[in-house]
Amino acid sequence: MDLFEHQAKELFAEYGIPVPRGIVAHTVEEARAAAEQLTGRVVVKAQVKTGGRGKAGGVKVADDAADAEQKADQILGMDIKGHTVHKVLIEEASAIAEEYYFSFLLDRANRTFLAICSASGGMDIEEVAHTAPEKVAKVPVSPLDGVTRDRAREIAAAGGLPEKALDGAAEIIEKLWAVFVDEDASLVEVNPMILSADGQVKALDGKVTLDDNATFRQAEHEAYADKAAEDPLEAAAKAKDLNYVKLDGSVGIIGNGAGLVMSTLDVVAYAGEAFPGQPKPANFLDIGGGASAEVMAAGLEIILSDPSVKSIFVNVFGGITACDAVANGIVSAFQLLENRGETVSRPLVVRLDGNNAELGRKILADAALSGVELVDTMDDAAKRAAELAAVGA
Amino acid sequence: MAIWLNENSKIIVQGMTGGEGTKHTRRMLASGAKVVGGVNARKAGITHEGLPVFGTVAEAMEKTGADVSVVFVPPAATKAAVKEAIDAEIPLCVVITEGVPVHDTTEFWAYAVAKGNKTRIIGPNCPGIASPGASNAGIIPADITTAGRIGLVSKSGTLTYQLMYELRDFGFSTAVGIGGDPVIGTTHIDALQAFQDDPDTDAIVMIGEIGGDAEERAAAYIEQHVTKPVVAYVAGFTAPEGKTMGHAGAIVSGSAGTAQAKKEALEKVGVRVGKTPSETARLMREVMQNR
Repeated sequence: MDLFEHQAKELFAEYGIPVPRGIVAHTVEEARAAAEQLTGRVVVKAQVKTGGRGKAGGVKVADDAADAEQKADQILGMDIKGHTVHKVLIEEASAIAEEYYFSFLLDRANRTFLAICSASGGMDIEEVAHTAPEKVAKVPVSPLDGVTRDRAREIAAAGGLPEKALDGAAEIIEKLWAVFVDEDASLVEVNPMILSADGQVKALDGKVTLDDNATFRQAEHEAYADKAAEDPLEAAAKAKDLNYVKLDGSVGIIGNGAGLVMSTLDVVAYAGEAFPGQPKPANFLDIGGGASAEVMAAGLEIILSDPSVKSIFVNVFGGITACDAVANGIVSAFQLLENRGETVSRPLVVRLDGNNAELGRKILADAALSGVELVDTMDDAAKRAAELAAVGA
Repeated sequence: MAIWLNENSKIIVQGMTGGEGTKHTRRMLASGAKVVGGVNARKAGITHEGLPVFGTVAEAMEKTGADVSVVFVPPAATKAAVKEAIDAEIPLCVVITEGVPVHDTTEFWAYAVAKGNKTRIIGPNCPGIASPGASNAGIIPADITTAGRIGLVSKSGTLTYQLMYELRDFGFSTAVGIGGDPVIGTTHIDALQAFQDDPDTDAIVMIGEIGGDAEERAAAYIEQHVTKPVVAYVAGFTAPEGKTMGHAGAIVSGSAGTAQAKKEALEKVGVRVGKTPSETARLMREVMQNR
């Protein structure tokens, strides 16, 4: 999960990292009130979980409270790379002497952590790393060693930070390491980390990505979830413990295993190219290896509640759970839904392969569920599902 | 012959007494794998599924001669379980558990390296490793394929099963599911190297997916070191940016980690990449028929 800038900075402040004073505002009135509480000029910053908001006009300096209200009016509701701005951070403007870059992140390739530090901050670090790699220090950090104050100072020096900023930067870097480890983050980024005119090192921006696998020991992280921006179908699926991602097509997808479902999306998208309107997958839904009747029913229910779905493709490989069990699960799912007064109102293409595939197909054929078609191969089933979606559109 | 796991492998199960551990211990035994015991510090001394339960991995190894451990413990206990296996210097540790925090995986990997890499780690969040007809360590269904001369390495469980099933008439030397997490022990490259060196493997299927650059690095390795034919499949061409697709590691960030980039990198070094799993199986079929 990615945090908003203001959430990242609130977290930084808890760890004693200096950040500018700021207040979150959801309306122009709140923006004005916030600016009145702060001292001097303020910066109005769009809160969106994407980069490049400065270039998009999502960050503006305001001279006073009235100006802050006006700037907030321009920024609230703005669309930045598909993200609508629902809130702004009103922050006291800092007198910037120098801008640096710093981050801790996961280095997947080397299976370790990495500290990245550069005296050339405030801009796209990937661009700097590309054009002037010598200006960007990439220092591996072993989870067994961690980052002490001395190590932090070495990293800052390796990034080319000047002597006058080293002590302040080292203190921040040591604390950022604590954030990274104690909060189970996979990314903690400060760009820019600044040296102010009065010689203070501060975090002027903040980006934090938290590991969703660590929620069992990070109970308080749930409070960071952006419920407002959550897709209602994704939220409903999450409440049922389903692994679901909403996409923008018209073919509902249910499968078992993340890799197989990802592959199913691709195969459906290719198949859709041949039909009018080029139907695409409407969702990712992995019901896992178990595929019980209850999970199948819950999955079907979520997909049927999506009005953009015109056909459904159930793609199951019978491994640990054999196909006869999956077929019985589909039959029971139809009954469960019927008992709840819901009907499966859109055509369902089912492909069963693997253990007991013949038996599974026979169970479905015998059940003669309305709207259910059996197709033997994944590629042909994808074609049929796309065709049905094109007809239904 | 096979890689890393053969008919002589003696397997212990960490977390054998739990629900998943019990179910898959039964399945492994039914498939003919030599499971010789379990590990659970709180239940040491009991017999479960007809097998002895030991207090530690070291004790289990000493009493049974085990050389493979399969880990089914919950995510919160996985780091400690794997470090224990590393301390005991068991040659192979297969971590099935899904949902392990990446800080824990990174830490036990660093620990394994610091201890001299005496334990090969497969996973976490993987289906395990199977050498059909010889042994099976993990949750790969043993009965979907046969023994043969194809080697397979994959990030995905069900896509592994799909390919093993479609190519069951040729059969497999070993299939390795390396897992879908951002940090994993054994990589595509480790498996490619082992299959290249294995006299009983003629050709290799490699299955990748979006996220990271493991497939690109595997492509560079193939160009330099692999002379056996490799056929590949990459899942996730239509995955939207910034969304995690089921596997914790399956996420496209900006232009990095896309399926298209991985496909191009593989094709550039002469690897044939199937557009669908079935086409991938067809490509491998051609390779095996033209041998």
